[in-house]
Amino acid sequence: MPGADSAGEAVAAAVESSVVTRTSAPPSFDVADFPVPHGREEEWRFTPLSRLRGLHDGTAAADGSIKVDLSAPDGVTVETVGLDDPRVGRAGTPVDRVTAQAFSSVEKATVVSVPRDAVLSEPVRLGLHGEGGVTYGHTVFDIGAFAEAVLVLDHTGDTARAANVEFLVGDGAKLTVVSVQDWDDTAVHVTQHNVLVGRDASVKSIVVTFGGDVVRVHPRVSYAGPGGEAELYGLYFTDEGQHHEHRLLVDHNAPNCRSNVAYKGALQGETARAVWIGDVVIRVQATGTETYELNRNLVLTDGAQVHSVPNLEIETGEIQGAGHASATGRFEDEQLFYLMARGIPADEARRLVVRGFFAELVQQIGVADVEERLLAKLEAELAESIG
Amino acid sequence: MATLEIHDLHVSVESETGSTEILRGVDLTVKQGETHAIMGPNGSGKSTLAYSLAGHPKYTVTGGTVTLDGEDVLEMSVDERARAGVFLAMQYPVEVPGVSVSNFLRTSATAVRGEAPRLRTWVKEVKEAMERLEMDPAFAERNVNEGFSGGEKKRHEILQLELLRPKVAILDETDSGLDIDALRIVSSGVNRVRESGDVGTLLITHYTRILRYIKPDHVHVFAGGRIVESGGAELADKLEAEGYEQYTKGAAS
Repeated sequence: MPGADSAGEAVAAAVESSVVTRTSAPPSFDVADFPVPHGREEEWRFTPLSRLRGLHDGTAAADGSIKVDLSAPDGVTVETVGLDDPRVGRAGTPVDRVTAQAFSSVEKATVVSVPRDAVLSEPVRLGLHGEGGVTYGHTVFDIGAFAEAVLVLDHTGDTARAANVEFLVGDGAKLTVVSVQDWDDTAVHVTQHNVLVGRDASVKSIVVTFGGDVVRVHPRVSYAGPGGEAELYGLYFTDEGQHHEHRLLVDHNAPNCRSNVAYKGALQGETARAVWIGDVVIRVQATGTETYELNRNLVLTDGAQVHSVPNLEIETGEIQGAGHASATGRFEDEQLFYLMARGIPADEARRLVVRGFFAELVQQIGVADVEERLLAKLEAELAESIG
Repeated sequence: MATLEIHDLHVSVESETGSTEILRGVDLTVKQGETHAIMGPNGSGKSTLAYSLAGHPKYTVTGGTVTLDGEDVLEMSVDERARAGVFLAMQYPVEVPGVSVSNFLRTSATAVRGEAPRLRTWVKEVKEAMERLEMDPAFAERNVNEGFSGGEKKRHEILQLELLRPKVAILDETDSGLDIDALRIVSSGVNRVRESGDVGTLLITHYTRILRYIKPDHVHVFAGGRIVESGGAELADKLEAEGYEQYTKGAAS
């Protein structure tokens, strides 16, 4: 492959900084509490502010529309509530100006509830199709104690969207949530996902990002009691011209909880940019914590850049285990040679390697139609690069 | 009858400090059914010969010709060479995460044979080949070379050799890192392929150990990037007794 030795063109940065110093203002629901970012702040330094269509500086009036398509099995209720509803804001508070802007710009929130003990036979599907302009949103998913549910959030079309999404996971409940960012290439999406994991509850989150001009997803997990478990998986395929940013925080604030983070991304095109920030905090009371986070990136073409920043802060030594790993590699010429030496043509060999790279995460989704769509999407992205 | 002809082959490696010539005029003809052992000290260029024949991009051919049944091998891409019948069993097979052995073998066989093998006969074919190499059936569901022991990697290479049935098999240090049992199993795999009479074998090795299991028709001593002496099986015995010293001294002058 040409340019195989010019590894300097693929940039992987690993920078240490404290979670506490990462935000320029304390969390708040009021946009006025955050200064307009200039781009050098820790939480904004990788994000192209000029492409946020004004979401960050107060100029983005809610002039757009988004088509909402919600389907849910029997027993699931949907309400529109005021922001004073006790369920709103319970799982977390906006930590940056854009998500605070989202909260300050909405008057109502949507609450989707799965009753206690309910085991849903079908996924709850929320489709959001942007129809242009700026939109803001606030959605709460309230999963009752011991309930079992699968949620699929599907983002398509064009919009500049800032939104907060909350997941209240009751004691002993089991939630799988898949969020697919399959926007048109013009869309901008900045969102914070707050997950509150109940006692002995388990959550599996899968974030899949393909589309958009700028997509910034910020899942934040904390625990309402001991024994909770969070698995956070992510896949992104970042093309020419796209900026995909995934920032995660797992706040181990209760004892005997577990978390496992694995995000994988592939990049192609000179101007493709991906950012992965993985913060894990283990508080002094969080004894017995077990946590691991991993980020892997596969750079398919010269010029693409990845910033991968794992960060672990430990305030107690009484834990089961904690670790992280981050690696960014070029598409490996030796793998290509090995497969080609067995007669497999170059484009097919490349497809095998990229599919293999994502395979273990695709298998985690567990929702057949989403898996199939993802594989088809992957196929289409690869066809673009391979021709 | 399939014939690989190497004539006056010169190969260089490019690095930051410039170009280094590693092969300096290799002449060798391997006919179908024949087994040639290429023996030489470390750094003599044996593996470069193997990888150059397979078309590894690291090596630049600066002169000479390689033909398979008259077809210009050097003009072919890596995958074209494999489909034309050149097989390289590698010393360090590469891990391919997320790609199962069964998927890999079938993709490869489809490419080399020009059509997808029929599923039912294929499953049987793979199963039998694995049994002969004393491989656990669960092996097929593991990812290619990922977490394989040295012996498993080599068995997997020979499994591919048996399934792909090339015209020319180049075995690069297939004996390295094998204990005596694994060496026996791997060697019997190579011998099965040889006994078919359809393949010409180029056995590249540092040690004579593997020649107790795979009897060569011709032995060549490789030193300083070329073949410096050729003979029959008895040449290997001489090397066993005397080592490579006389050749390395000669190459340095």
